[in-house]
Amino acid sequence: MLSIKQGKQLNTVLIGLLAWGVALVIFFPIFWMILTSFKTEIDAFATPPQLFFTPTLENYTLVNERSDYLRFAWNSVVVSFGSTAIGMLLAIPAAYSMVFYETKRTKSILLWMLSTKMLPSVGVLVPIYLLFKNLSLLDTRTGLIIIYTLINLPIMIWMVYTYFKEIPKDVLEAARMDGATLFQEIWQVLLPMSKGGLASTVLLSLILSWNEAFWSLNLTASQAAPLTALIASYSSPEGLFWAKLSAVSTLACAPILIFGWISQKQLVRGLSFGAVK
Amino acid sequence: MAKLTIKDLKKSYGDVEILKGINLNIYDNEFVVFVGPSGCGKSTLLRSIAGLEEVSGGNIFIDDKDITDAAPAKRDLAMVFQSYALYPHMSVRENMAFALKLAKQPKHIIDKKIMDAAKILELDALLDRKPKELSGGQRQRVAIGRSIVRHPKVFLFDEPLSNLDAALRVQMRIELARLHHDLKATMIYVTHDQVEAMTLADKVVVLNKGRIEQVGSPMELYHNPTNIFVAGFLGMPKMSFLQAKVISANSLGLTVELSSGVDMCIPVSSDGIAKGSTVTVGIRPEHIQITDKNNSNFTGRLDVSEHLGSDTYCYVNTDANEQLTVRTPGYYQGKYGDTVGLQVDLRHCHVFNNDGQSLYKLNRSAA
Amino acid sequence: MNTTTLKVSDIKSGKKGESGVMGIAKQNAKISRYLVSPSVLLLLAWMLIPLSMTIYFSLIRFNLLYPGENEFVGLENFEFFVTDESFAAGMSNTLLLVGSVLLITVVLGVLISVVVNQAFWGRGIVRVMLISPFFIMPTVNALVWKNLLLHPVSGVFAAMWTFFGAEPVDWFTEYPLFSIIMIVSWQWLPFAILLLMTALQSLDQEQQEAARLDGAGPVDIFFHLTLPHLARPISVVVMIETIFLLSIFAEIFTTTSGGPGYETTNLAYLIYSQALLQFDVGLASAGGLIAVILANIAAFFLVRLVGKSLTEKN
Repeated sequence: MLSIKQGKQLNTVLIGLLAWGVALVIFFPIFWMILTSFKTEIDAFATPPQLFFTPTLENYTLVNERSDYLRFAWNSVVVSFGSTAIGMLLAIPAAYSMVFYETKRTKSILLWMLSTKMLPSVGVLVPIYLLFKNLSLLDTRTGLIIIYTLINLPIMIWMVYTYFKEIPKDVLEAARMDGATLFQEIWQVLLPMSKGGLASTVLLSLILSWNEAFWSLNLTASQAAPLTALIASYSSPEGLFWAKLSAVSTLACAPILIFGWISQKQLVRGLSFGAVK
Repeated sequence: MAKLTIKDLKKSYGDVEILKGINLNIYDNEFVVFVGPSGCGKSTLLRSIAGLEEVSGGNIFIDDKDITDAAPAKRDLAMVFQSYALYPHMSVRENMAFALKLAKQPKHIIDKKIMDAAKILELDALLDRKPKELSGGQRQRVAIGRSIVRHPKVFLFDEPLSNLDAALRVQMRIELARLHHDLKATMIYVTHDQVEAMTLADKVVVLNKGRIEQVGSPMELYHNPTNIFVAGFLGMPKMSFLQAKVISANSLGLTVELSSGVDMCIPVSSDGIAKGSTVTVGIRPEHIQITDKNNSNFTGRLDVSEHLGSDTYCYVNTDANEQLTVRTPGYYQGKYGDTVGLQVDLRHCHVFNNDGQSLYKLNRSAA
Repeated sequence: MNTTTLKVSDIKSGKKGESGVMGIAKQNAKISRYLVSPSVLLLLAWMLIPLSMTIYFSLIRFNLLYPGENEFVGLENFEFFVTDESFAAGMSNTLLLVGSVLLITVVLGVLISVVVNQAFWGRGIVRVMLISPFFIMPTVNALVWKNLLLHPVSGVFAAMWTFFGAEPVDWFTEYPLFSIIMIVSWQWLPFAILLLMTALQSLDQEQQEAARLDGAGPVDIFFHLTLPHLARPISVVVMIETIFLLSIFAEIFTTTSGGPGYETTNLAYLIYSQALLQFDVGLASAGGLIAVILANIAAFFLVRLVGKSLTEKN
């Protein structure tokens, strides 16, 4: 017979083993992608797949020569940061207004905003494509920024809304009594008080824009294509260079992966529209 | 000079009327306390004065200047919030400097004002700390300091002590009284705690259901409440109320018969009181004494006794099963269930008519 | 007794003197109330303009290859779209994809998050590994699985099959929809884990201890305490995943291109192929509207289910 203590210890070990096993299986594709990026093309295609090999950095140096990686990466950066910045500029005043000047309609407006996320992109693909064509926005970063701002705006407003909701109204009123204008009240009191929440909103928006792959594939070609489109181009036969594909993919995912690791706890609230804390 | 005048102030949210026409004068250097049960509108009234609530009707004047629609900052008022409402991302110094910086005052003047306030409130050593590093009492002091530096015409306090523990509350109460004396400023203070109201106020405003019930000095309100609400609201333990029927009325007062069948002659004006009408008799705990059974107005059965050391409060049930609260000396040793004699100081009894209005006492000077 | 005796002249002079500051408080409040309008207007435009265009296009003949023949055709496009064999395939694939992924991610998500919620060595690293796939872009996800893992010759799965003496499987040819479900589930499982794990941390410890004192075993606790506690986060997971899964596109685009045949064509991909591959705007718009209606049916229930409680809790 095991004593209670021994039984507990055994339990902990078993649970640990199980958890590690599951985690390793789930993480394996990413691990394998990173590993493959250090292989030569021959090693990458070897049968059976090789776990041990002589690592090389040539894929990373070749990536830029072959596909102009930096241009795509720059597009991703511009589009993600651009849409996030504009999104925040719209979301902060909107959330401020809805939290601190609540009206009878505020809740319906919030729900309606959420429901615009339900509008499937395919439903509006054709008109947007034609509109963009007429406005010469096809294959431009501006066009993508507009789209990303609009599709992420409801989520950003929701997130900022839940964070502002936690700010005690008293403090803003104190600022008002102290003579702060509307702008000063928001800029010098409200925003510093909610900077943690705002940071995670920014992060989530960056992640969503960086990884977005419906509009970027359909609205861009050579000029404004971000990394998602670059990676997709490897699906054509020339993409048989798996080691290089892995290198490009690793480069494309690394920043967001690290962002995600750092901010996982804060992201939950945004991702769940504040329903899970 | 800071005089505040409120004229027929009304405030409603949708169909709900919070303030139903408030008229009030507050004079220079006065310490005015708004007191009342929760939901009586006292906080709304204060916030309307502060400019944080839009009023639905009426006017507010400071020194005869209409500020009803002015922005909060333009009213020359400072407010201390119940939650203190300190800026959590700013140090104590920055908290106090914020309003002055927004007003674009020169730096050396800001520094001087902060040092002065810090000295008064003993905050010198804490100036570079953040609010979260302070205790409740210290935060309270910073909140007050933030008001002091602005040298406002009127200070507003919204239940400032309710988040403090009992001991600290007493200490801060004394400090506030001292501050009022030192600053010689007009202060308006909202509380639901009658002890704060009684101890701090020059003038107490008792509010109930959006109306002013009575305005006056603490002692005036205590001894001569104009109605049954004020009588019941002020005083710890509460005044006891007994139902009674009027037997006769003359120039010496009103003779009434209590439900328990006892007759009493109370020296109050009997104007407009008909024989046979019902009234309510109010007696404060200190105006009843427990005496020998044979030498008393009437008797009752002793319920619970609460020993506070200096005093003992006895709860006594009359024959009509109405409860009376009696203050006895600390050494009183009555037992549960004892039959005791009760002697009432008739000069200090209050009588309220059917509408709850107080009947004028004939011996007011005795108060 | 203290009612005011202010003179009328005082009021008048007061008002005159203050005309400069009059109404600033009200004005600020008014401005603040309208700060939400830019967002509302933008989202309204984003919803109404393309949607009304889609409705218009769906009712006319509009093929980019045959310009100029834009006559009104009524519901012909809808009829064409719905009766085409691709529509039935697209519908059933969409429902299968969404349903399977929801089932897999919720069931596995609950189990894994319950396991990871226990204390063990290296929990932080395990957490990080478990949520990582969520941050991988869909195109990378699809290509890594297609080329490095599921490749019939040199993929890791093929090697495993060979190792155990089985014939390697050509996943995307033999089980195309299953493969898509697998890689999409891999991407969304971390989302479920992330939310459920966080939700579990707010599970009442005392309640569990009380249950244990009452003689409840781990299984009883799971079904009677843990699962009910997770009901709300699970509904959130279902709602948000449904939003995204209904329009899965990049994973199909980069792996199977909807094939073989229509086996992996969902509504999103079908509309894309009508519009941008066959240039039939009218037909694609009809399909788009059907997708919108489908999403709205889902949204109707989901928003009612979750959205209401979201705002109420605030």
